Amino acid sequence: MTEVTELSCSESDAPHTREVLLNLGPQHPSTHGVLRLVLELDGEYVERVDPHIGYLHRGTEKLAESFTYTQIFPLTDRLDYLCPPSNNLAFALAVEKLLGIQAPVRAQYIRVLMAELARISGHLLITGALPMDLGAMTALLYAMREREMIMDLLEMISGARMHTSFCRVGGVREDLPDGFFSKIREFCDIFPNRIRDYERLLDSNRVFLKRTQGIGVISAEDGIDLGLSGPNLRASGVDWDIRRDEPYEIYDRLDFDVITSQEGDCYARWRCRVEEMRESVRIIEQCLDQMPDGPFQIDMPTIAFPVDKDRVHCSMEALIQHFDLSAYGFKVPKGEVYSVIEAPKGELGFYIISDGSPKPFRMKVRSPSFVNLQALFGVTNARYLADMIAVLGSLDPVMAEVDK
Amino acid sequence: MSVETSLIRTLVVERFGEAIEELGFSHGVHAFAAPPDMIVELCRFMKEHPVLRFDFLSDICGVDHYPEMPRYEAVYHLCSLPNKWRVRIKCRLGDPPRVPSVTGVWRTANWHEREAWDMYGIRFEGHPDLRRIYMWEGFQGFPQRKDFPLRGYKDKLNPFGAEGSPPTQPDLATEDIPLGGRSTPRT
Repeated sequence: MTEVTELSCSESDAPHTREVLLNLGPQHPSTHGVLRLVLELDGEYVERVDPHIGYLHRGTEKLAESFTYTQIFPLTDRLDYLCPPSNNLAFALAVEKLLGIQAPVRAQYIRVLMAELARISGHLLITGALPMDLGAMTALLYAMREREMIMDLLEMISGARMHTSFCRVGGVREDLPDGFFSKIREFCDIFPNRIRDYERLLDSNRVFLKRTQGIGVISAEDGIDLGLSGPNLRASGVDWDIRRDEPYEIYDRLDFDVITSQEGDCYARWRCRVEEMRESVRIIEQCLDQMPDGPFQIDMPTIAFPVDKDRVHCSMEALIQHFDLSAYGFKVPKGEVYSVIEAPKGELGFYIISDGSPKPFRMKVRSPSFVNLQALFGVTNARYLADMIAVLGSLDPVMAEVDK
Repeated sequence: MSVETSLIRTLVVERFGEAIEELGFSHGVHAFAAPPDMIVELCRFMKEHPVLRFDFLSDICGVDHYPEMPRYEAVYHLCSLPNKWRVRIKCRLGDPPRVPSVTGVWRTANWHEREAWDMYGIRFEGHPDLRRIYMWEGFQGFPQRKDFPLRGYKDKLNPFGAEGSPPTQPDLATEDIPLGGRSTPRT
């Protein structure tokens, strides 16, 4: 998987020092996907990093130009596959802004609830995977156990464990199933204790602390300059959370803290994610308490599918509506929108240019992982190869989202 | 909202006069149109002005308006974290598209510009390392251009592609920056 090739052999007095070119990846467990890093090493020191990406490039943006707006939802699922509900939400919001509509309040609560579940699921993976990169296997196994509970909840809502595609323009696909509330409350009761378990496992683990504290420090200025967002930026002390600062959906009705940390090292980034999971549980509990009754889809036959699927079989209007939306989609007025949400990885933005047809003229995804991964250049004090693995893990890139 | 718009507009007009066109405010974003030769100056002004402080570059993206002319466009999305404002700067480009790089203003522009080069062939002049980022070295054509077929061009690895071959870009191929390739010095 890794191969060492000789770059140059110094002819000076020190015959044992030479620079080597190390190819790490694209298939390597510590690169979290298909990332290839070409490293120039001076002994154990990394002199230069050259990331090669694109192994997972599927042309999402180009494909989207030939799909109707409803058909694009499954494509967005596959961006950050650890948290598809967030991606769905970001895209739905962008299209809704262009259309000038808003989803019913109940639908907004359901979307936020799912997005927060997804945030926990995404953060869980990295809180387990970062220690695993550094040799502490146990935490990941426990994290996967809890992730399974979230998968079950998502399956209960949407029927799919990973690629939920549950959002629709103007609402969600279905209402929450019976028995969901008791199930998710059970999760909310159990989960904070489990977070305490991870902390007990890792917070007093001296190897983990030595490998992460003070390693890969990114200052606030550097973080902003490099375009970091999400927990990575907040760990550098920048108090910026789109959920609070540019509230979308019903986030302005919810009470939660924005977790920041001043250190900006790998440990701070890990720590921020752990704390954010606690806040997410708080948000979910508030969503459950506040969730109103009402429709889960906007009442606009030109945009939303018939709510009662049985009517499609016995009502001509419903049949036409269903056929029309499936075959041709709905037209979106001419214009452009850049809409952002706070995805688990950071600022997820959709820039959509509409020419008035049922398909976007241009859809650009501002994927947070793409930008966060670039910050690997900006980390200057992680000189050892092993430290670079820690930095990479703590930046938490998902390659599917990097490559789009 | 309108207070900010007029504030941003006043400051921009005061500095640049009529060269920067104001496109109005929609969906939370103030939009401006700028000619390519002013883009670096405008970005630096936006970033360093003590009131505006657009310190965060969200995104740079290419757009192909084929068959409309001028065909290409580079779109910059800026965010001011202290003020919570967002600005979009649109920059129409001719064919072949060229625009000065803003990597000197924000380091994060590096990969965004590489992506726009890779997908649309927009030349960011002064970029330290303008290589392809998603497509492989030696790939011909710019896949997100509107005249590039969705399934690519037919060859022995791609039997379902469209007939033909990507249009050659002689003026680009002969220039110092190769289409992909690792031979360029890296920073």
